[in-house]
Amino acid sequence: MIASLAASVSAIQAKFTVLKKVEFRGETSLLVERSQIQSICQLCHDQLGFDVLLDISAVDHFGDEPRFEVVYELYQLSTGTHLRLKIRVSEDDLSVPSVVSVWPTADWHERETFDMFGIIFSNHPDLRRILMWEGYPFFPLRKDFPLAGRPSDLPDVAFSHVAPLTGGPFVSVPSSATTQDREPRSREIE
Amino acid sequence: MIATSPVAYDSKIEGNIIITRIDSAMNWMRKNSLWPMPMGLACCGIELMAAGASRFDIARFGAEVMRFSPRQSDVMIVAGTVTYKMALVVKRIWDQMPEPKWCIAMGACASSGGMYRSYAVLQGIDQVLPVDVYISGCPPRPEALLEGLMRLQRKIETEPALLEQKKELFASLIG
Repeated sequence: MIASLAASVSAIQAKFTVLKKVEFRGETSLLVERSQIQSICQLCHDQLGFDVLLDISAVDHFGDEPRFEVVYELYQLSTGTHLRLKIRVSEDDLSVPSVVSVWPTADWHERETFDMFGIIFSNHPDLRRILMWEGYPFFPLRKDFPLAGRPSDLPDVAFSHVAPLTGGPFVSVPSSATTQDREPRSREIE
Repeated sequence: MIATSPVAYDSKIEGNIIITRIDSAMNWMRKNSLWPMPMGLACCGIELMAAGASRFDIARFGAEVMRFSPRQSDVMIVAGTVTYKMALVVKRIWDQMPEPKWCIAMGACASSGGMYRSYAVLQGIDQVLPVDVYISGCPPRPEALLEGLMRLQRKIETEPALLEQKKELFASLIG
């Protein structure tokens, strides 16, 4: 069965807790409970016709609590319907139920999210780093990680130095200041 | 009447003998058959392919035999952005190449990290292996690669390969 967007949203709302529903420029986002995400995805895939998982990514709201937000982009191939699911993840408990059993493509998306943000997907069949090398000690897309990187030195695995940033690309700093203060040319590493 | 010595001139071997030093003969053979190990990692790899094609024709310098096996190659052409993850692989392939071997860092990224000032990119391949020739450009045109290759050939010409080996041999005999 392929459900329309409105029918899908009400079907999810009937069965699960929807904390927030946002509609912006024709895109629907649902903020749901972290513990229910696997069941919601199963429902979306099996009964509502969302046969494609476009992406899983995360957002780091540095300084807020809960700090992270994991975003699932769902898609119906035959109708072009798009639905976004979000869950909030606290820094104290980074585990999120894996949806690999629903969409096999979630495997690499979840590995990337783990690699870049350190979100731990429980029941993932093979949760290894995918972009950085095995044993790299940092999570580079977190807001408190500088663009230039931090030196890492792990014998037999790899090393990295801090990249010279003087006169280099713009580096954003998490704050509510103006763009000029928020994005200096380079930034000292704390 | 001056008698010509039969030893000084022999028509049978005329033109068939070259007298040279073995170092320069070896270097001449080495520099004209540089088999590249193409490490095409980014857009520089496309220019490397163009240099191999008919218009620029790297075969004119004896370097057309792109060996995708490090065991059979002489010069590693690092063409493109080297991430830290890839750097380990590049180093491993470099270690697998037999001596004598040379390295060309092709383009800004391989030479210095280029515009990629970030946590993921190695800031120049010379941090993990010795580079003989750096080629500027982003990416360099095939002509620049050919110029770099010719510079490497000129460098190989001057290498005292056998002399070094002799010195090592004598040192080992004395020691």
